[in-house]
Amino acid sequence: MNADQLTPFWSMWVAVITLGVIFGCLALLLAIRKSEPHKEETDADTGHEFDGIRELDNPLPQWWYYKFLILTAFGLLYLALYPGLGSYQGLLGWSQEGQWQAEMDKAEQEFAPVFAALAQGSADELAQDPEAMKVGGRLFRNNCAICHGQNAKGAYGFPNLTDSDWLYGGKTENIVATLNGGRAGMMPSFAHLGDETIEQLSHYVVSLSGRAHDINQAALGQPVFQQNCAACHGGDGSGNQMLGAPNLMDNIWLYKHPNLTVRDSIKLTLQNGRQGQMPAFDRLGQDKVKLLSAYVYSLSQ
Amino acid sequence: MAKAHKIFETHLGALSMGIVAVISLGGLAEIVPLFYTTATTEPVKGLKPWTPMALEGRDIYIREGCHVCHTQMVRPFRAETERYGPYSLAGEHVWERPFLWGSKRTGPDLARLGGKYSDDWHRAHLYQPRDVVPESNMPSFPWLFQNELSGKDTLAKMQVMQSLGVPYTDEDLAGARHAVRGKLEIDALVEYLQQLGHANPAVK
Repeated sequence: MNADQLTPFWSMWVAVITLGVIFGCLALLLAIRKSEPHKEETDADTGHEFDGIRELDNPLPQWWYYKFLILTAFGLLYLALYPGLGSYQGLLGWSQEGQWQAEMDKAEQEFAPVFAALAQGSADELAQDPEAMKVGGRLFRNNCAICHGQNAKGAYGFPNLTDSDWLYGGKTENIVATLNGGRAGMMPSFAHLGDETIEQLSHYVVSLSGRAHDINQAALGQPVFQQNCAACHGGDGSGNQMLGAPNLMDNIWLYKHPNLTVRDSIKLTLQNGRQGQMPAFDRLGQDKVKLLSAYVYSLSQ
Repeated sequence: MAKAHKIFETHLGALSMGIVAVISLGGLAEIVPLFYTTATTEPVKGLKPWTPMALEGRDIYIREGCHVCHTQMVRPFRAETERYGPYSLAGEHVWERPFLWGSKRTGPDLARLGGKYSDDWHRAHLYQPRDVVPESNMPSFPWLFQNELSGKDTLAKMQVMQSLGVPYTDEDLAGARHAVRGKLEIDALVEYLQQLGHANPAVK
């Protein structure tokens, strides 16, 4: 017996009350029917009278009486076929989990071969297959667009997938790894360096991509960068895809705040650190992950 | 028969008691046994009580009426389990007081929300839903980013939960106020949202 089922006592309890109510109602109906003094429509009344309106002592209407009997039979039949009487499983063996499982199995049978056929070949090949890309695009809009946008161009804090800049690598195998395991980017706060140093550092960082900067400030920032930032972002600021440390030389800014300049956004990042987080999507199954990775790959080609 | 009929018809007290007796049979068969079934009284494996921040977040969830448009109940239909994740079990909700199952599905079900999106996404979305979901008709909640929590009532709330059977330890209670004081409401709400559905075995 399933541990979640009713104990024998409560099972009996439910069955006895349920059947008691049904047969009790039936007994009441039959007793009333039997005790009727008039079997046909009559002018005699029950003795109730109010304001000249008399309650006639008619028998129960035939249609109502037979409807009651039919519904009683329906109820009993239902309780025989479906689980309703305590732990009794019913003659049909129906359960809501079973119905769900059957739905899932049917869908698996129907759709698994479709996805398996679509996901034939390597992800790089799939990116060239218009049929697979149509399905990949739908999967993207259902699962990824909520953060990366319908057009995959991203937003503040959510990477643009259509450009050539990749935090964790843009090959299909990198994208598959990202989808299967999720990603947790982590840049610590550098608030302890002080506002002045952060100002210098911000000038140096924007200088890496050739943006306007103060040469003197940037020169002061350079040694600080080598000490604090180069370990992850590299000595030249070209980033490190093993760590998901962004390339700072390509003038693509994941955390460009909509209301701030690039340099002020960098200062904000240095002050507070950043925690980028991408959830895992391995629950979709490997065929869909492959289709999605091929689609994402195709976006930047 | 007519005699019994007359008693009920002419005595209001007898009629009322008769009605109550008949109606209570339904409750006795359908409700009372659930108080004594492990499926509805035992927590599922891995169920953890809300952290103090999540508990405050839950109250914000109720205050802002999130449950009016969002359910927390994945039903055993393929259409729902494909979209939201494994169907809900009664044992996941044994410490929920009150239940936030909801009934109106204007927005998506939230029973399996935890871990589905990043904290940053939730912040962006609650500040202005249309920034991340252009077609959304959810209201924005900018004040959550300004209101600070005092933690004044957190301990009392946890003690009430404890008295109702939620297994908070003395250690949990000791740290409650400190964990909450000075934090923003948005942080509490996001922590709550990220813990939703944590106990289902199929959810990582």
